[in-house]
Amino acid sequence: MVKLITILKERILVLDGAMGTMLQRYKFQEEDFRGERFKDWKYPLQGNNDMLSLTQPEAIAEVHKKYFAAGADIVETNTFSSTTIAMADYYMEDFVYELNFESARIAKRVADEFTAKEPHKPRFVAGSIGPTNKTASMSPDVNDPGFRAISFNELRIAYKQQVEALLDGGVDILLVETIFDTLNAKAALFAIEEVKEERNINVPIMVSGTITDASGRTLSGQTAEAFLIAISHIPILSVGFNCALGANQLVPHLEVLAGKTEHAISAHPNAGLPNAFGEYDESPEQMADQIKEYVEKSLVNIVGGCCGTTPEHIRAIAKLVDQYNPREFANVH
Amino acid sequence: MSKEHANIQSKDSLKQNSKFLKLSGLEPLVLSPETNFINVGERTNVAGSKKFLRLIKEEKFEEALDVARHQVEGGAQIIDINMDDGLIDGKKAMVKFLNLVIAEPDIARVPIMIDSSKWQIIEAGLQVVQGKCVVNSISLKEGEATFINQAKLIKRYGAAVIVMAFDEVGQADTYERRIEISKRSYSILVNKVGFPPEDIIFDLNVFPVATGMEEHKLNALDFINATKWVRENLPHCNVSGGVSNISFSFRGNNPVREAMHSVFLYHAIKAGMNMGIVNPTMLEVYDDIPKDLLEHVEDVMLNRRDDATERLLTFAESVVGVAKNSTVDLSWREESVQNRITRALVKGIDQYIIEDVEEARQAADKPIQVIEGNLMTGMNVVGDLFGSGKMFLPQVVKSARVMKKAVAYLLPYIEEEKLLNPQEGDSDGNGKILMATVKGDVHDIGKNIVGVVLACNNYEIIDLGVMVPPEKILQAAIEEKVDIIGLSGLITPSLDEMVHLAKEMERKNLKLPLMIGGATTSKAHTAVKIDPEYSASVVHVNDASRAVTVAGDLLQKETSEEYKKGIKEDYDVFRDKFLKRSVKKTYKSIVSARANKYKIDWNLSKIVKPNQLGIQVIEELNLELLVPFIDWTPFFRSWELHGKYPDILNDAIVGEQATDLFKDAQVMLKKVIAEKQLKAKAVFGLFPANTINNDDIEVRVNTNTFIFRTLRQQLQRREGVADYALADFIAPKESGKQDYIGCFCVSTGFGTAELAAAYEKDLDDYNAIMIKALADRLAEAFAEHLHKEVRTKHWGYAKNENLTNEELIKESYKGIRPAPGYPACPDHLEKLTIWNILQVEKNIGVQLTESLAMWPAASVSGYYFGNQEARYFGLGKIKLDQVKDFAKRKKISLEEAKKWLSPNIEE
Repeated sequence: MVKLITILKERILVLDGAMGTMLQRYKFQEEDFRGERFKDWKYPLQGNNDMLSLTQPEAIAEVHKKYFAAGADIVETNTFSSTTIAMADYYMEDFVYELNFESARIAKRVADEFTAKEPHKPRFVAGSIGPTNKTASMSPDVNDPGFRAISFNELRIAYKQQVEALLDGGVDILLVETIFDTLNAKAALFAIEEVKEERNINVPIMVSGTITDASGRTLSGQTAEAFLIAISHIPILSVGFNCALGANQLVPHLEVLAGKTEHAISAHPNAGLPNAFGEYDESPEQMADQIKEYVEKSLVNIVGGCCGTTPEHIRAIAKLVDQYNPREFANVH
Repeated sequence: MSKEHANIQSKDSLKQNSKFLKLSGLEPLVLSPETNFINVGERTNVAGSKKFLRLIKEEKFEEALDVARHQVEGGAQIIDINMDDGLIDGKKAMVKFLNLVIAEPDIARVPIMIDSSKWQIIEAGLQVVQGKCVVNSISLKEGEATFINQAKLIKRYGAAVIVMAFDEVGQADTYERRIEISKRSYSILVNKVGFPPEDIIFDLNVFPVATGMEEHKLNALDFINATKWVRENLPHCNVSGGVSNISFSFRGNNPVREAMHSVFLYHAIKAGMNMGIVNPTMLEVYDDIPKDLLEHVEDVMLNRRDDATERLLTFAESVVGVAKNSTVDLSWREESVQNRITRALVKGIDQYIIEDVEEARQAADKPIQVIEGNLMTGMNVVGDLFGSGKMFLPQVVKSARVMKKAVAYLLPYIEEEKLLNPQEGDSDGNGKILMATVKGDVHDIGKNIVGVVLACNNYEIIDLGVMVPPEKILQAAIEEKVDIIGLSGLITPSLDEMVHLAKEMERKNLKLPLMIGGATTSKAHTAVKIDPEYSASVVHVNDASRAVTVAGDLLQKETSEEYKKGIKEDYDVFRDKFLKRSVKKTYKSIVSARANKYKIDWNLSKIVKPNQLGIQVIEELNLELLVPFIDWTPFFRSWELHGKYPDILNDAIVGEQATDLFKDAQVMLKKVIAEKQLKAKAVFGLFPANTINNDDIEVRVNTNTFIFRTLRQQLQRREGVADYALADFIAPKESGKQDYIGCFCVSTGFGTAELAAAYEKDLDDYNAIMIKALADRLAEAFAEHLHKEVRTKHWGYAKNENLTNEELIKESYKGIRPAPGYPACPDHLEKLTIWNILQVEKNIGVQLTESLAMWPAASVSGYYFGNQEARYFGLGKIKLDQVKDFAKRKKISLEEAKKWLSPNIEE
């Protein structure tokens, strides 16, 4: 990935926006989620967005295309929940390899098309590795604080399966994101290291935490710096934050990272905070305006959008960051 | 592109910043030159803290969390957690405790040091902590391959590591060896593993100085110089060490130890030591060390003169005041009478006490002054030493023996004096405490120990003995005008007795504080069940040293009201929390628990028909046969000395006491055996049996049928885990297979009460407690011995079994011998069935009290299960549906069933 790193030193890279927000526009019904293949599945599948990579692959490819066309350098695979742990809700654990593999292939195919058309602006695919729906260092039962719904090893095994399939499908980067419990992320990083060693390969890793509230801590209670220290033991490409907060609220936490890390920094905030109806209504211009502070303060190397962001938001962000230099960083792995 | 936006920080400053050791809990901890020295708390280490060990053993995790919290509040910047103890499942305890620690933000804010000599414990710990930890420790002891492998995993888990200066040859104890090993370890870690050098912490082995041995003279200096070399030659790494080791030879002399610690730290930190395990309360401020002491200590530390050790030793005597330990040196006999009395009390020497007391009496105006003056002065020293952990229980009990002898000698003179001067009032020490083991319970070792210790602290003890009915306790309390009532009990029905007594006290409008202690009691039971029944104070006290403080706090005139209020409030809060948390645990119905029983494949399972069916009696077994079966670890525990036998004999802290105690026990044991002072009797039987209706075991004894009722686990647990009942280990009738069960009762208690009474009459509590503790051990040994005989001969399903005694103690054999009243079958009622089947009372004379405790106390009874899949388990809590069902099966009222099962009922 020499090319990716060289480019990262030269300019700020743009990550795509939300996949879920875009898929909502298709108004898929239960039968669309099922497609032909799962029409007799015993459990409801509506809402299982990752499944659409198998049943509605063209829609997924279309979303990727729109983001690349809007100026994104990197798109994320549609695999945020594609682990055996998260898929257990739909009883679809057995399809995890295929989900990751196909999602990676779809994204890679679109990326290659764009790179061929615009060789001066190569496009990349980041395999999205979500936090799962269980936490390894918090108890789901307030009355039994010592209880854990999932163990490190269970997470490690599930993540390893996801990582292997994503790599087989052709992703360029692995993105461990929306980390609300650092122990989950450590299990993912452990699994990635195992795969790297077994396959004797190197792959750039992006790590992105989530600060959940105004206190400036992750859900599992760590400050930004404590989080950074806890994930800095393996070679990573970038560290950053995404989700939960709007672009404005992320600034102080990005500043902490900027002062403490040698790695590149990423940020993909939400389109503001949700309104009373649970919708994100910050306009592309409003969001770009806030992100201006990131680039003026030289806080980031990779920037994109999370919940509620659309190709229009990404276009506005791409246009903005094109005028600024990236933050300088030392460590290159 | 515009280039005018400069970076906030230059690359260089970032680069430098990154080469410091960085750790995190919920918050970061960075070891920069400005942080100077990082203090690691070690109270959450079972090897370093007796209290913590006890709490973990007793699974009092809530209280164990308080230990961690106090450390963090007290300034520990990292907490070291160690669960290495023979009697603890270290991996389980580590994971459980860490999971709880992580749920407490005020503790979890600091990074954790996972401390174990076992790799699997370290790894289990690393898998539950989100922050960046420190592993304590790895070394080249087992060679390069293991070292590399562990380091690689530690890096992958994202932790820093302490590397011990230890290699295949041994532990580094010179300057050269420390350098050799750290250089080699560093090179392997950095070059072969790719370990970040700033994440390496060397423990360069702190060894004691001033031991009197020539080869220890350089211990401090070598450490300090090696620290300097490591920090200068191995870039970015760190140096740590356990500071208290340095002053090991001055145990008992805190002023000197404290000075030694600060002097050592002062020089080691200057040399580059930047982390260490230090007890902050054992640290003098360097500048506050008196000049002369400082000079002597520095002479030793830096090896500045040949006679440094001798000079410090001499000087130390003047610092502490109490003469140092000497075994045959009788020079203390030359000292003042007060010093002699104090020494006799502290050392437990009764040889000269009568002549010394007589000398004091002649010098005094009134004989009572010898007690109030000379003896109390000595006992206060004992009390202080015990309170601060410098004397241990067996010593204190010996002190009490000396004290009693002295008082007994003085009493006639005091009576005479009273006749002469009748207006003189009695001396009324600190207060009067009534002690009793409650109705139905016969266990009193713990109660006697607490009584002795309180007596040592100048409390008058009214000991009512064992099986004391509530009316008698209350009557005595009123007649004797006691200040506190102390209740003790070991078996679970005693808990209800205590609740009952509290209710009675409330009804009679008493205001006396109530102290609760004994093995089954707990803060939880006291707070939830006893405290609400009594409007005056109830305090749970579970060890002898705490009993003294609690009694003091309860009776202290100025502050007792506040203390009592505090206790009430504490229990209120605790109770609230407890009740709230217990609600949420989920339980299965007994019907679904039965559906999920442990299923043995009876078509495949091998059932062995016993060689000898029916009942057998052993009238008197040669006690000698039992000696190899004795598990000594619980013996030490009953004296509040914690540690595994035989390691405990060499324990750094209690080893000396444990060795003395063990010697005394051996002497008594020999005598008991030689003079046949105790009788070992047993009755046991093996019978055809089958499980019926899921949970009942039908036993055929000749033409009669008996039924054992078993209880089944109901707590909702992981998928795939069975809900056990003992009945699962016996073939059900419908399987068509004939299965078998056994039951037994052994006792070595006949004779104990008489021997103890004789010692007590001789004012010798030490030996009175000793004989009871030994009888208990012999009874357990008998149970173990008999079980082996049954397995290999009478039943014979394990004919070729060849286990060492250690394996026996670890219960490595096939088949189990659960005892009613213990975790697998907490219901004591089944003892009655055993008694009926075996005709226990008729055959060997062991009786059951109204609470179903066995009398004599040194007895063990239980079942034998021979199936090789049979295992021990804990019943846990059960729900009312099972209690109702149990009452119906047993044909007793629901009320009665509830009464017996109450400690296990989830409400």
